[in-house]
Amino acid sequence: MSKLIMNRRGLLKTGAVVGAGMAMPTILTAASHAGYTNAPTGSTVTLGFNVPQTGAYADEGADELRAYMLAVKHLNGGGDGGMMNTFSSKELKGNGILGKEVTYVTGDTQTKSDAARASAQSMIQKDGAVMITGGSSSGVAIAVQGLCQEAGVIFMAGLTHSNDTTGKDKKANGFRHFFNGYMSAAALAPVLAEMYGTDRTAYHLTADYTWGWTQQESIQAATEEKGWQTAANVLTPLTTTDFSSYVAPVLNSGADILVLNHYGGNMINSLTSAVQFGLRDKQVNGKNFEIVVPLYSRLMARGAGENVKGIFGSTNWHWSLQDEGSKAFVQSFGQEYGFPPSQAAHTVYCQTLLYADACERAGTHNPCGVAEALEGFTFSGLGNGDVEYRAEDHQCFKDVLVVKGKENPTSEFDLLEVVQVTPRAQVEYAVDHPMFAGGALGSCNPGS
Amino acid sequence: MDAILLQILNGIDKGSAYALIALGLTLIFGTLGVVNFAHGALFMIGAFVAVTVGKVLEISKITLDPEKTDFLGNPAKIKTPYITEWFGDFGFWLIEWSVLVSVIVAIPIMILIGVIMERGLIKHFYNRPHADQILVTFGLAIVLQEVIKAVYGANPIPQSAPDLLKGSVDFGVMIGMAENSVIYPLWRLVYFCFSVLIIGGVFAFLRFTTFGMVVRAGMADRETVGLLGINIDKRFTIMFGVAAAVAGLAGVMYTPINPPNYHMGMDFLVLSFVVVVVGGMGSLPGAVAAGFLLGILESFASMPLIKDAIAAVGLPSIDQIIIYLIAVIVLLVRPRGLMGKAGMMEE
Repeated sequence: MSKLIMNRRGLLKTGAVVGAGMAMPTILTAASHAGYTNAPTGSTVTLGFNVPQTGAYADEGADELRAYMLAVKHLNGGGDGGMMNTFSSKELKGNGILGKEVTYVTGDTQTKSDAARASAQSMIQKDGAVMITGGSSSGVAIAVQGLCQEAGVIFMAGLTHSNDTTGKDKKANGFRHFFNGYMSAAALAPVLAEMYGTDRTAYHLTADYTWGWTQQESIQAATEEKGWQTAANVLTPLTTTDFSSYVAPVLNSGADILVLNHYGGNMINSLTSAVQFGLRDKQVNGKNFEIVVPLYSRLMARGAGENVKGIFGSTNWHWSLQDEGSKAFVQSFGQEYGFPPSQAAHTVYCQTLLYADACERAGTHNPCGVAEALEGFTFSGLGNGDVEYRAEDHQCFKDVLVVKGKENPTSEFDLLEVVQVTPRAQVEYAVDHPMFAGGALGSCNPGS
Repeated sequence: MDAILLQILNGIDKGSAYALIALGLTLIFGTLGVVNFAHGALFMIGAFVAVTVGKVLEISKITLDPEKTDFLGNPAKIKTPYITEWFGDFGFWLIEWSVLVSVIVAIPIMILIGVIMERGLIKHFYNRPHADQILVTFGLAIVLQEVIKAVYGANPIPQSAPDLLKGSVDFGVMIGMAENSVIYPLWRLVYFCFSVLIIGGVFAFLRFTTFGMVVRAGMADRETVGLLGINIDKRFTIMFGVAAAVAGLAGVMYTPINPPNYHMGMDFLVLSFVVVVVGGMGSLPGAVAAGFLLGILESFASMPLIKDAIAAVGLPSIDQIIIYLIAVIVLLVRPRGLMGKAGMMEE
């Protein structure tokens, strides 16, 4: 049996080895990420806010931009600090990011993939943006995420709900805070089964693009698991404005539920048509006919007016939440702009703070360092309970809200009521879930 | 049978809007020879006249309710429209029927906008090539829609039909079919009746009034009418105003069907232009007939049965391109359109 003898020389040697070992991840990170795209050299760091400033989602883009500007103000030490005060990580001190003042440039996605890529490229190449964030459409988000991967900058996605963003199209440089179609369906289906019963037949109208397809697939699977049947799934072109010819056949299809896998203007027009055709006043199969809108947005609900009353859906966040983070954000945003923030504003504000915090924790703006800091990061205080950025697909997992169009709104903002806060565990899924299969995260690209 | 009848109803309803816009387009082309790509914007402006009238009627006195709070914890604001304070029940009635009030308000406004548009801009392009006319009117349409977006935002703004005309009717029962077989929205039937009334009114105006006869004569031979000492330019300017009013009224009445947004003019413009081409450039009956025909075909193309049948033979869905397919066929087979004058677009 050997005897452990520790002398002064041995202690020093062991200490040096252990110290070097502990420092290894940092050294490796710093060394391998020394050069990267748009490394900030002066006293400022530039972020690129790529939102729809024209086109159908311009109002949503405007709200995102307001939230970005508020986040920048808070990061630079202005205002009341908003959710920086409630955020569980305490790295952000109000002195910019890594001591550099935060500045920003904006781009107009026009809700078109090519325009969004062009504006992101311009912000990266011309304006030196070290991070790109924004978007109000999954098609745009996926396109810009791919560009950021190639360019070697981080992409913090805004409002994008397609499973594909962190599914088959996921990228190592891309991160999504917003929830997705699967999570909406997983939260919504049990509530629908409880409210409307399990012996139901659904007719789906689905926007014919990536978000619509994945949303429909998710809600169909989740409701069929609860016992529902699916009468039909009709794809509607994204450019449709009058849905009467799609809605008209629904009543005679044998279905007693209409699921509108539509968002934005499509949702407003299809829901309006469905209500006009009197679907909600009818009885089919001995049951009241019902309409479901899986993804709600308060800004869009306003466009549909009183037609949203009593209709179930899901949302990422709502200003009426009473946790400390949500209250702080609503107070801060409301005092700045005079009205409550939308879910789009909330998610992009969170993304900006999360990016800044990751830079602080990583000690660098290097995309690979930032990605490493975000992967597996758990936090709270940003309005959705305890949240985790899953390392394997860069999807944020958090509580999901099931909402219903309010019957008696008290103001123009009071359109949705939260029916249930679905716990995160209920909406989680395996990394290799078939709905998210087909792509690889790849490795982070720091650019040049 | 029920499904086919429903799609015919949908088709004539869509066709009503196409026909009203196309009627104005072809009227302007027939009188002034101008291809007016800003005509869709006039449809959109009409819709926003309705939005504005609705907002004006709902200008409210604001009082604070100390017992309720807003989202920031301040006392909640209670809004009471002045018009209900001043006129009581009549004020409520005006708010409820604001779409029809808007029809009355829109007529002079739209005629005025049309006259200003023609005198201020378009008359300077009469002797320029059609390409120049298209460019300037298209540019004008973009400017107008951006102005509306700057004022009203990008999101659609919902407008309600009066309670009496909301909801749906059992159209099947009305024509002797089984109960609940053909349910149709009441306002869409109102829209169809309204469009028939407007189209009939325009035709009657052109057919049975001296003014209309002079305009028709001018459309046939502008020079000769001018030589008779008639100021045909002035009459054509008025006809531009009438065409603008027709498009505007179509927009006003469309607001309860789909919440208006700044882009709705563009959504209809291209389709309506195709309707004009299919109907025959400058032919008023052609524009109306083609509007209804293409509306019905478009509705049939979006039936699940048709979509499934097309998908079964491996072809993509045609519901959004059917109108263009028909236009291509018509232009190949009969370049002057269904009711166009011989020689028109056939050179």
